[in-house]
Amino acid sequence: MNKSYNTRFILPGYCLSLGITWFYLSFIVLLPLSTLYIKIWGISFNDFVSAVFSVRALKAYQISFGLAFLSACINSFFGFIVAWVLVRYRVPFRGFWDALVDLPFALPTAVAGISLTWLYGPKGWIGSLLESYGFKIVFTPIGITIAMIFVSFPFAVRTIEPVLKDLDPEVEECARCLGASRWRIFQKIIFPSVLPSLVTGFTLSFARAMGEYGSVIFIAGNQPLKTEIAPLLIVMRLEEYDYQSAAGISAFLLTVSFLILLSLNFLQFWNRKYAEVI
Amino acid sequence: MLKSYRKIFIKRYLVRLFRLSVILTALCFMLLFLIFPLVVVFYNSFKEGVSVYANNIIRKDTIDAVILTLKILLIVVPLNTLFGIACAWYVTRYSFRGKRLLLTLLDLPFTVSPVVAGTVFVLLFSVNGLLGSLIEKWNIQIIFAFPGMVLATLFVTFPFVARELIPIMEEQGQEMEEAGRMLGANGLQILLKITLPNIRWALFYGIILCSARSIGEFGAVSVVSGHIRGKTITVPLEVEILYNEYNLTGAFCVASLLCFIGIITMILRKWIENKDPLIKYREGSRYGD
Repeated sequence: MNKSYNTRFILPGYCLSLGITWFYLSFIVLLPLSTLYIKIWGISFNDFVSAVFSVRALKAYQISFGLAFLSACINSFFGFIVAWVLVRYRVPFRGFWDALVDLPFALPTAVAGISLTWLYGPKGWIGSLLESYGFKIVFTPIGITIAMIFVSFPFAVRTIEPVLKDLDPEVEECARCLGASRWRIFQKIIFPSVLPSLVTGFTLSFARAMGEYGSVIFIAGNQPLKTEIAPLLIVMRLEEYDYQSAAGISAFLLTVSFLILLSLNFLQFWNRKYAEVI
Repeated sequence: MLKSYRKIFIKRYLVRLFRLSVILTALCFMLLFLIFPLVVVFYNSFKEGVSVYANNIIRKDTIDAVILTLKILLIVVPLNTLFGIACAWYVTRYSFRGKRLLLTLLDLPFTVSPVVAGTVFVLLFSVNGLLGSLIEKWNIQIIFAFPGMVLATLFVTFPFVARELIPIMEEQGQEMEEAGRMLGANGLQILLKITLPNIRWALFYGIILCSARSIGEFGAVSVVSGHIRGKTITVPLEVEILYNEYNLTGAFCVASLLCFIGIITMILRKWIENKDPLIKYREGSRYGD
């Protein structure tokens, strides 16, 4: 207690930095977000339910959450493989592949949207190939999933990569000397140590995919009840000047985001506990 | 004897085959999902020749959009940098209650949908919104105008600088600042002569991430912009408008500008990571730590 009291005032600028931080945060983030909940407080319960849980909205949640879950699963799987290849194997142009992983962060979502739509559309290189076999990707849920995979891919790789890098090779060597097979080493040593970060990466890419708007609207086709995602429904409601419904659906999505943040914090706690055991 | 040799040989072959297939899977995935989309943009924008490309770039709408994007960038990045330095100083140099909460708030834009961020500002500042009466009295337009777009971009990009600085400043500790204090430096001197030189690469890195995001932001800005031609169209919105007008080549030409910026961002990031490997390491481990 004494120590924390001392360090608190050794360096100047406590009040200044505190003031800037909380003023900025409350003006940019807290005040606007609290409006959302104030706004729905003014709506009667029945109106709220009919806006937030209408058939169209429920279908939109189902599409958004379901496909985000699917794309997060695919991302975790391939993210693990890509991270593994980048850390463990000597691949030609490693630096290039490594930089490429961050591409979805650097490429604006609208650009990704139109480019994926063309690529997987009937005129594009992959789309035309698949079309001749009778597969249709653009304007179907598969297209939405592809856009979601694109935007949330780096989260999966970048959370797993540092943990794989930090794994102590001595533990694996030891297991090998004691006669464990490669599969057994993976199963008993590598996978459990990577698991927390795998789950974190999964959660992050789920959150990103769930809220994604820019790239998905181009490839989705946006048919109500079929390929309409929840963020798009908010935009539709805003364009109809139906601000109550827009506020309701936004508040629902925001609450889900808060729950995800909460679970991320919990995951961090779990990670730390795990690290202490090792 | 021979049999066991053959067994070892087959096993080794299988291991090598497995390794090869894993590498191929990873590279094919990246080819399909990352390289192709990038190549497609340049392929489509240069398909009809360089002159068509140049004409699409120097159109008035495109130039207006670029200027608006730059204006937003010039307001958003300095503000977020100031916030980033103040917040990182506050979090790493003092202990206080609610630090955990503050750090969690910094993760907010990563989990909240950009559309929700835009909607929030529409609800707050539109005519029948919560501050609508004030806005009307003062006769200023926020939503469907420049200030709203700045606010939406600020919301989406505010933690980028702070999140790069906090782990670095935590790592470096505060002995140097304390020594400076003992030797009689005041707060400004400590900041300018000790802290900022120490964190310069991380600061630069955060500024790059922040600018890249604010140039490319689509969802939040699209909700608050109102799509008024020549007034509230940023570069990503221009891409959308051209695409919806079935001007595919035009859309890809403008998109290629954004791609160039994205590629420059990636090269700069790589360059800084080589300068200061600590950054690269922190980048991923912020959650996995």
